[in-house]
Amino acid sequence: MNDLHQLTISQAHQLLKEKRISSVELTKAILARLTKVEDKVHACVTISEDAALEQAKNADKAIGSGKIKPLTGIPALIKDVMCTKGIKTTCSSKILGNFIPPYDATVIEKLKASKAVILGKTNMDEFAMGSSTENSAFFTTRNPWDLDRVPGGSSGGSAVAVATDEAIYALGSDTGGSIRQPAGFCSVVGLKPTYGRVSRFGLVAFASSLDQIGPITKNAADCALVLNVIAGHDPRDSTSAPYPVPDYTKALIPDLKNLRIGIPKEYFVEGIQKEVRESIEAAIKKLEELGAKIDWDASLPHTKYALAAYYILAPSEASANLARYDGVKYGFSYQDTSNMWEAMEKTKQFGFGAEVKRRIMLGTYALSAGYYDAYYLKAQKVRTLIRREFDQAFEKYDALVTPTSPTVPFKLGEKVDDPIQMYLSDVCTLPINIAGLPAIAVPAGFADGLPIGMQIIGKPFDEETILHIAFAYEQATDWHRRKPPI
Amino acid sequence: MKLSREEVKHIALLARLGLSEAEIEKFRIQLSDILEQFEILKQLDTTDLPPTAQSIALQNVLRPDEARASYPVKDIMDNAPQRDGNCFKTRAVLE
Repeated sequence: MNDLHQLTISQAHQLLKEKRISSVELTKAILARLTKVEDKVHACVTISEDAALEQAKNADKAIGSGKIKPLTGIPALIKDVMCTKGIKTTCSSKILGNFIPPYDATVIEKLKASKAVILGKTNMDEFAMGSSTENSAFFTTRNPWDLDRVPGGSSGGSAVAVATDEAIYALGSDTGGSIRQPAGFCSVVGLKPTYGRVSRFGLVAFASSLDQIGPITKNAADCALVLNVIAGHDPRDSTSAPYPVPDYTKALIPDLKNLRIGIPKEYFVEGIQKEVRESIEAAIKKLEELGAKIDWDASLPHTKYALAAYYILAPSEASANLARYDGVKYGFSYQDTSNMWEAMEKTKQFGFGAEVKRRIMLGTYALSAGYYDAYYLKAQKVRTLIRREFDQAFEKYDALVTPTSPTVPFKLGEKVDDPIQMYLSDVCTLPINIAGLPAIAVPAGFADGLPIGMQIIGKPFDEETILHIAFAYEQATDWHRRKPPI
Repeated sequence: MKLSREEVKHIALLARLGLSEAEIEKFRIQLSDILEQFEILKQLDTTDLPPTAQSIALQNVLRPDEARASYPVKDIMDNAPQRDGNCFKTRAVLE
């Protein structure tokens, strides 16, 4: 078999189970694919080939003795924001450029317990702050559908890796759209679970009340398989929810009879590209054909306040979280000074990139004496309004459907010096983090060869319904099967 | 909301973030523009609303107060930029 890299998780699992391929063969095929396309797309920060092949051998042993689980022996890439014991974890930042975690994040422990194969770490916007992966301190990742365009971000490397078959699946993290927006830009499936569904232990903190880890996969069924493994309560994360985890693959039903879907009109105004609107409307009509009851007049009137609230909340939390990078315990440390304060200031000055500094400044300002009530407290109250509005909508609907982004992928460099334009790229995704809801991005069309993504938003802890809708839509369309010209 | 250079320098000091002269000017303009976008929130009357710190209803999550193994000292110290044996080496705080 020459094209093992093209397999989905379910296909690879079947072949491994029937012993028609080994995990070592599959891992070598993926590594060969990686060597071939990486020079063009630059999705990976670290490739841990030896460790991956060792894990593949162990997976083959387990399979040989009949102990195969759905992810056993299947190669994955991990966004470089999750701690991997003994393997560099950089957050694509100079300040963590040589950091080797002494422990695994809970999600990594869970993948290892499944005998998954971890190939390495993917590029991202520094500390997950950005929407294009251009804020990486190392290099720029390119969109495989058009190498002159951005892959989205911040989980750009993970989305590109899955789109180009450099991995069978990947993990990303999502604070304001960082899984869903790049998944939409690269035409792959990306799920942000409910806040609290997946443990954040070992996820380098950006904005602790918004961050969530999730899968990036080739289809909805694979997404359910990965979520089955990574979801669940973890005593090491005090915001991890102590609720049972269902078998998400049971939600994968091909018809949508009796499901009520709302289309919030506020997501289809102001700056939305014509082709994006048309593709998403066509996708919604497809959902209707599959049996869903569509309400085209749903409304979330506070949507227009979400961007401002988000850019107060996220930078405020970031400014507190990033205060730990003082150059004393780990990471980059500026030494050429005699004074403690200067050492700390220079460490941050030369260790952090422009966007990270911008957000530290913004957050520090919003939390500073005299401004806390006007900015941070106000934003937290607006958060209450936004969450209530979603709760009310979910009394009438089982799910909401919107685009993942108002435009197709933009050109490299186009927005890099214009923070407000860059922030607007996440206008469809960040309200969902503010409310802590689950949402999935699925491929829903193309405009001149550039991907368009549909976002399906669910009730808290109801990942099943959004996976159900994503799966049914995929059964009726073939957007997710298209491969970039690379 | 227009920030002055002095205000930008004050915020940087609070964050202990060193900035070049060019960065001070760039952030003065960009942060002022971003703060202007926040003005939209003034349209909302939030007087009687409670704030939401995070979106799930968990409070005061505690773990049992039991001794447990720590990470190996070597693994922790291997990441130290400067060390003296098993101590982190840093500048004097009080001089």
